[in-house]
Amino acid sequence: MNILNIQQVSKRYGDHQALSEVSLSVGSNQIFGLLGPNGAGKTTLIRIINQIINPDSGLIEINGEKLQPKHIELIGYLPEERGLYKKMKVLDQLLYLAQLKGLKSSDAKAKIKYWLERFDIVSWKDKKVEDLSKGMAQKIQFVATVMHDPKLIILDEPFSGFDPVNANIIKEEIFRLRDQGATIIFSTHRMESVEQLCDSIAMINKSKVILNGTVKEIRNSYKANLYEVKHKGNLSTLSSDFSIVEAGDGLSEELLTSLIKVPEGTSPNTLLQALLPLVEVHAFEEKIPSVNDIFIAKVQEVAP
Amino acid sequence: MNKILLIIQREYVSRVKKKSFLLATLLTPLIFPALMGGLIYFAVQEQKSADQKIIEVIDENQLFQFEDSETYRYVDTGLGLEEAKSSMKERNVYGLLYIPKVDITNPQGITFYSAASSSMSFISSLESGLKRKIEDIRLEQSGIDLEALKSVKTAVSIKSISLTEEGVEKASSGMVNYGIGFVSGILIYIFILIYGNQVMQGVIEEKTSRIVEIIVSSVKPFQLMLGKITGVGAVGLTQFLIWVILINTLSIVILGYFGLDGSSAEMMSGQAGASSEAVQALQNSDMGATLEAFFNVNWLQIALLFIFYFLGGFLLYGAFFAAIGSAVDSPSDAQQFMFPVTIPLLVGYFGLFSFVLNDPDSTISFWLSIIPLTSPIVMMGRVGFGVPFWELALSMGLLIAGFLATTWLAGRIYRVGILMHGTKVNYAVLWKWFKVKV
Repeated sequence: MNILNIQQVSKRYGDHQALSEVSLSVGSNQIFGLLGPNGAGKTTLIRIINQIINPDSGLIEINGEKLQPKHIELIGYLPEERGLYKKMKVLDQLLYLAQLKGLKSSDAKAKIKYWLERFDIVSWKDKKVEDLSKGMAQKIQFVATVMHDPKLIILDEPFSGFDPVNANIIKEEIFRLRDQGATIIFSTHRMESVEQLCDSIAMINKSKVILNGTVKEIRNSYKANLYEVKHKGNLSTLSSDFSIVEAGDGLSEELLTSLIKVPEGTSPNTLLQALLPLVEVHAFEEKIPSVNDIFIAKVQEVAP
Repeated sequence: MNKILLIIQREYVSRVKKKSFLLATLLTPLIFPALMGGLIYFAVQEQKSADQKIIEVIDENQLFQFEDSETYRYVDTGLGLEEAKSSMKERNVYGLLYIPKVDITNPQGITFYSAASSSMSFISSLESGLKRKIEDIRLEQSGIDLEALKSVKTAVSIKSISLTEEGVEKASSGMVNYGIGFVSGILIYIFILIYGNQVMQGVIEEKTSRIVEIIVSSVKPFQLMLGKITGVGAVGLTQFLIWVILINTLSIVILGYFGLDGSSAEMMSGQAGASSEAVQALQNSDMGATLEAFFNVNWLQIALLFIFYFLGGFLLYGAFFAAIGSAVDSPSDAQQFMFPVTIPLLVGYFGLFSFVLNDPDSTISFWLSIIPLTSPIVMMGRVGFGVPFWELALSMGLLIAGFLATTWLAGRIYRVGILMHGTKVNYAVLWKWFKVKV
């Protein structure tokens, strides 16, 4: 079952259409990437899911129920622009935020203890946030997001501001939380981390969803029958049935890499057969476009 | 609802635990009496230690004689005016009073020369002294015996008794009522400004530290705003109650030290059956009347009204301060919006002193004490003098309606403002936020 269903959600700020008829669904127990350039409407959508703002129209369901105040407890939210009370002690702060999420004081204490131990930061509990380094504060912030065991965790640009070591710790935690049954929505405009992290993605550009599906499906649907061949020898006499998109350049005794397009409906074996008499083949692989390639292509396609 | 309590608790505890709160709360009741005592002490010392100032008099009529006082001695120079003027410096005198030949019915040309510019109060005391002298002379000239005139002069002090609705006679004193209005008005004014500012600072802190987005993903912005205003108001009330307790304790200790305790004060009110002659005598004097009035004030009613207007005024203005805090990115940006909020506060403050305390039942006093923007400061200036029940009820009802309205208005700006960063905010933008659907 889908943990989150968004149907035809629109939101307008004055003259600015932030979201127009956005529909998408997020399946349970996966990492879902919400992609899009800055200003596309990601944060607006996230704020609507968090009930910080209301949509002008459309329907949102969590676990099949219409979104309502009690769902706040199911969601953990790490905003893009984030911070903590500077003058408050770490423990007091986490306790306060956990109670606001509906946890009882005693439960909250146990959860906080668990997370502080997990990150090996128990010794910080009586420090004021203003005395912590930025990376330390980010860890506390992450604990604040997940300590109430949310079923749906929404992370807006989670890795901005993290050093690589901490970013990796957080990444591992995201996988672990997914494996324990949580669903993570992960919003970013940086594509590098998407392929290794996300099971499914949705792309938003200019207030509209332009792409939605599993990473595998999307990449496969955008493949252009391109094959990368590593070879020794010259390709210039290759049958004109195949177009050489990128010819390897260099001396004939060197290992060259070429990109060749196979016409629709033709098997790659045909290409291979055509290649074998001409060159010495060292590697042969289908070239599937990266999410980044698709993203850029899609955004440019929409642009006037 | 439970979450609002959590917010109130955090706002309250985080402020009460601060060292600055503890210091202000404990020291203020000590500082004020100490400051007053110090000022009085120095003023007295000043008067004692100051040399008598010499004032030379040239009286061409040979009519006026001045009596020396502690601070001034009057000397007849016997010199001519020009001579005396030019040699004034060498003789180290404070000033020179020149009275030319004057027509006693229309004295003109009296002049006071001095090295330093002299104080208004000294000049006016000279004027009134001369006026009395001239009046005496003219009375004498018209054949009235001065001794007889003195013997008919009487000192009168009116004891004012206000009749309450139950027909009980109570001694009241304008001075005590004035004092109640004066102190309450100033206190409420100061509390609204100080604690209103704290609300604003708190909102700005949450906004700039960006914690606010995390909080509003758990509670409604309106709950957060209301919780903050209430929490800060509770801090103000706590501080005020501690002050009252401390000041009362201190006064009892001091009164006890001087041998006056509550029971003898009780007797002065006349209810315990005035027994001793001393008390009787005290009662007849001005001081006694004031004290009697002081103990006749319905302090419980005053205290409850004070707390009501204090909280009502704070909630009303606190909402404005919260909205301002939500609209700006730093306290310095808040200045432009502070102005229209402080204007009605100032109107109330000056209205209290210029109209209300002097004439509590005038039309302007009535309106200032009814309109919710000024009533928290002004009404306390009237209650001591007695306010008809319907006026009080109207004023209180409007204040409640007033803070509900400002809270609603501010809430609409607040919920948008707290999530906006780096926007250039003016009144048009605020209006847009107010209208926008969230």
